Amino acid sequence: MFAYLVQRLFLMLVTLFGISVVIFFLLRIVPGNIVDILFAAAGYVDPADKANLEKELGIDQPLVVQYLHWIGGLLRGDFGYSYVSEKPALQEILPRIPITARLAGLALLFSASIGIPLGVISAVKQGTKLDYALRVVSLSGLSLPSFWLGLLILTASVAMFGQMPIFNPNPQTYLEAFATYAVPAAAVGFRSAALTMRITRSSMLEVLRQDYIRTARAKGASDAAVNYQHALKNAILPVITVIGIEAAFLIGGLIVTETVFNIPGVARFLVEAIRWRDYPIVQNLVMFIAVVVVFANFTVDMLYAVFDPRIRFTD
Amino acid sequence: MRSVIALAAMAALSVLTISTTTFADEGKQGGILRIYHRDSPANASIHEGATYSVNIPFMPVFNNLVIYKQDVPQNSMDDIVPELAESWAWASDNKTLTFKLRQGVKWHDGKPFTSADVKCTFDMLMGKSQQKFRQNPRKAWYNEVNDVSTNGDFEVSFNLKRPQPSLLALLASGYTPVYPCHVSPGDMRTHPIGTGPFKFVEFKANESIKLTRNPDYWKKGRPYLDGIEFTIIPNRSTAILAFVAGKFDMTFPTHVSIPLVKDVKSQAPNAVCEVASTNVSTNIIVNSTAPPFDNIDIRRAMALALDRKAFISIMFEGQGDIGGTMLPPPAGVWGMPKEMLETIPGYGPDVNANREEAKKLMQKAGYGPDKHLPVKVSTRNINDYRDPAVILIDQLKSIYIDGELDVVETANWFPKVARKDYMLGLNLTGNAVDDPDQAFYENYSCGSERNYTNYCNKEIEKLFDEQSVETDLNKRKKLVWNIDKKLQEDVARPIIYHSRLGTCWQPYVKGVTIMVNSSYNGYRYEDVWLDK
Repeated sequence: MFAYLVQRLFLMLVTLFGISVVIFFLLRIVPGNIVDILFAAAGYVDPADKANLEKELGIDQPLVVQYLHWIGGLLRGDFGYSYVSEKPALQEILPRIPITARLAGLALLFSASIGIPLGVISAVKQGTKLDYALRVVSLSGLSLPSFWLGLLILTASVAMFGQMPIFNPNPQTYLEAFATYAVPAAAVGFRSAALTMRITRSSMLEVLRQDYIRTARAKGASDAAVNYQHALKNAILPVITVIGIEAAFLIGGLIVTETVFNIPGVARFLVEAIRWRDYPIVQNLVMFIAVVVVFANFTVDMLYAVFDPRIRFTD
Repeated sequence: MRSVIALAAMAALSVLTISTTTFADEGKQGGILRIYHRDSPANASIHEGATYSVNIPFMPVFNNLVIYKQDVPQNSMDDIVPELAESWAWASDNKTLTFKLRQGVKWHDGKPFTSADVKCTFDMLMGKSQQKFRQNPRKAWYNEVNDVSTNGDFEVSFNLKRPQPSLLALLASGYTPVYPCHVSPGDMRTHPIGTGPFKFVEFKANESIKLTRNPDYWKKGRPYLDGIEFTIIPNRSTAILAFVAGKFDMTFPTHVSIPLVKDVKSQAPNAVCEVASTNVSTNIIVNSTAPPFDNIDIRRAMALALDRKAFISIMFEGQGDIGGTMLPPPAGVWGMPKEMLETIPGYGPDVNANREEAKKLMQKAGYGPDKHLPVKVSTRNINDYRDPAVILIDQLKSIYIDGELDVVETANWFPKVARKDYMLGLNLTGNAVDDPDQAFYENYSCGSERNYTNYCNKEIEKLFDEQSVETDLNKRKKLVWNIDKKLQEDVARPIIYHSRLGTCWQPYVKGVTIMVNSSYNGYRYEDVWLDK
């Protein structure tokens, strides 16, 4: 297990290095840079002023030098300055991370707490009206884009109640915090919940057909014990994999949801930073996301071992 | 019928003027004005920007030497009032403009305001100081200024190369605040210090901009508001829904399209919504340095093919203005009268006859029903650009031109235009000040950085100077009309239409004036108050 851990950690470092190279150079391939955009905002281009500004920001240097400068800075804990706000990149990024983390966490919680039980019910009640109804809900969750769902929620709440859930940056109580995050988390988590429901259903159906389930029933185990203790425990592995992957994909949904609900999280901030070609923000933020995704995968793999002793012993 | 409309417009204008005066007299102190902001400006420095995304939130932090009266909807020479200046006087040769400055004014950090600050600001704008702006988009405004000199702490003179009466108009723009000498341009981008009615509190990119009342403001009794909070919401649907739900007191000025004004009024019937001209023209930029548009016949054919009314009815449900470079009356001060406008090729009311003429020109250039001219129509990836570009492509079909839409990201738009890597472009031009000097020198003068098409006509250039020195307003107007007519006939930058847009506010917001010939100059907010 220890050797496996070391090997995984080494591979993670190699992956992160590869990602850093890809992020850096891909970002430079995108046409236009911050200087072009600043001059677009100023409505003119002056070649001399442009050259001065490129020099001031250090983007006139060869790309390899710029890359080494960035990585060197990262290793020293220097994340650079935002080209747009001229504030330290870390100061810009850090306060936004908890906002997105809370939103993502709540969305995943929503996804698991709705998707898994409904998936189990759908499988257990296979072929019934309830199963069909849940499958329709699941299909709609996969089909409705989160931005559309978000706007629908906003429009409905304004039209029906004359109110609009708007982001409260400083919730004083847990209730206020929940009220701030619940609706957007549900909007973004609906898709994941639907996916989780589908995977849970099909995985459960497969397990419910196994011999040991029949044996458990023959031994007189209750339906609840069979479904939740025997079947679900074995059906959960693919569900965990999907939730892990969803955690990584969630960022895409969060970008839209944060925009629609006007939540000042990192996801929307990343899109704005890309729009401005604010390299220090984009590079550091994408690296941060990469670290989260790589560690999420790692955690999922570790959870496999926790849930399935066979994996623990055969690594 | 026309006279009835004119009478109604005048009545509406006078009601507005009377009501704003009444409001100003009855203003109530207190409250935070909550406005949503359409996007995150690049920084807080007005002098380095060219969008009202920066003027609207940061104009309240500053004062100018002079300013357009904030409660008069139409900017004109007659409505310029002193601000940091107490008075001004032209020398007898009209080449020196001297300002007596207000005494006892303090910057927000407590330092005293003096004539040195005025000199510093304009030296920087003219590129004559050690400190440099990172960007200086309006440097050309001061081409005729030799230098700015001080006489003691409270007198400053602009010494000109030749008379330029419009200098006063340029100084009255929201784009012309006075900056303090003791704060670097870099700090002004992140934490602006002014003398204005509101002090800067914070600017969180993509999140919010907060201003608070300046308790030491030199104008007694102003501002009424305790502060202003701008919440940045780039998604227009979300922002307008939030306004309808009462989360905001006011929309971002001129951000509500005409169809959306109807939506707002249906959902929030008490909201006050005003539709006004913005002095932003939608126009065509032509790369006349390369084929096929180096051929004047093809350029003229294109101008003849335009059905401007169709653009306005599709884009603005009929609420837009047809004009030349200068915003047409009644909103604009300098636009050509309708009768003169209609003598310009392509502006005549018979679109079919215009297009027949255009077809003949195209045939002369070698194109016809069997040989269409393929053209790329480049434009920015923004609705206000893309939508008219699509209509343009559709209209060009009628004269054997097959247009293909080439959507360009903002980051690449100006570099692309600057290197002349386009055939035809659909562009928007905002005039910061409704004055011919600003519009002509900035957009059509040889070598100007914002003359995107590099249009250069030495004859017209002489006429620019001739109108610029003219002190008789009526004579100047006639000169301006002739220049504008020539610019349209030359297909320098064909103007398609001038847009109108809406602004909405809750009924308890008082003292708001939407300017009809500027989107840049009416945001001091010192007369705005909340009746709640």
